[in-house]
Amino acid sequence: MEAIDVAIVQLKLDEFLNETVYIHIETTNGAYASHHNADVFNVGVFMRNASIRYTQAKIIGDQTGYRVGLKTDNGWVYAEGVREYEIDELDRLLLAGHDREGRLMVALQISRTPFKE
Amino acid sequence: MESHVVVIFPHPDDEAFGAAGTIAKFREQGVPVTYLCGTLGEMGRNMGNPIFATRESLPNFRKDELLAACEVLDVDLHMLGYRDKTLEFESRSKIAEHLLTYLEEIQPSLVITHYPGHAVHPDHDAFGAAAIEAVQRMEASKRPKVWAQAITNTRLEDLGQPDITLDITPYFEKKFETILAHQSQAAGVLGNMDPSLDKLADIVKNKLAKEQFYQWEF
Ligand SMILES: [Zn+2]
Repeated sequence: MEAIDVAIVQLKLDEFLNETVYIHIETTNGAYASHHNADVFNVGVFMRNASIRYTQAKIIGDQTGYRVGLKTDNGWVYAEGVREYEIDELDRLLLAGHDREGRLMVALQISRTPFKE
Repeated sequence: MESHVVVIFPHPDDEAFGAAGTIAKFREQGVPVTYLCGTLGEMGRNMGNPIFATRESLPNFRKDELLAACEVLDVDLHMLGYRDKTLEFESRSKIAEHLLTYLEEIQPSLVITHYPGHAVHPDHDAFGAAAIEAVQRMEASKRPKVWAQAITNTRLEDLGQPDITLDITPYFEKKFETILAHQSQAAGVLGNMDPSLDKLADIVKNKLAKEQFYQWEF
């Protein structure tokens, strides 16, 4: 992955406008968060292969963290804290934010074909 | 002496951090060891340090790392194809049945798995419970021993002293090499900002010097 280039990512987001796309969205502080620190609680959520259509998309922010909002027919998809991107060999847009040790904290991925189950 | 040992853990690297010394000891004695690995750690947070994997490419890396680790340990590997983080939501009896097909065929004298309810990660708890259910279903005369690994901070208060303790010092090199085979995970799991080999070796020597298990009573 590379540091987000807003122009490239915005272009890619727009490319998927008004199409049926598959979303992988995720955030986590890890399965061992409270094991390593009794003061914190484990939280995490992921949804894989949600099928949506969005009519409007924006990426906003700076290198400390970008926010992405996708306006769908009847709601929103939102992710905060993505800082890296990759357009992979299957032409999927992968966005993610990692901590200083390289651990994934948040991800938003968009694809025309379903992600591997 | 054991006739065959089956290790049942859900994630590539569970065998490295938790049981590599024990496995190395059995292999040194010529005991065959089979590893039934539940998932490819698809949902792991560690993407390498520096980062080289994405959420989508991670399973491919972890599969290669697992194969390399099993090469180091010289064990037979079966990848069971479940998805990371979802094991507790699958049917336990179906997983037990699946594991049982391997146990019936291999007829091991010992099974190593996680101690259900004392293994921190929900996948560890769920897979350990399914492994124990599988062994439970075997005829009593054919049932292997089960060594269950607990990793909670409160394990000593909750369960008492482990029945089996192995000092891995003689097998340190093997264990360290097995951990390093899991390139995307090694530095992150050991929780060190500086992924230099010396630092990692020190952490393994200090924190992972013993491998401990509770013998499961049926
Ligand atoms: Zn694990």
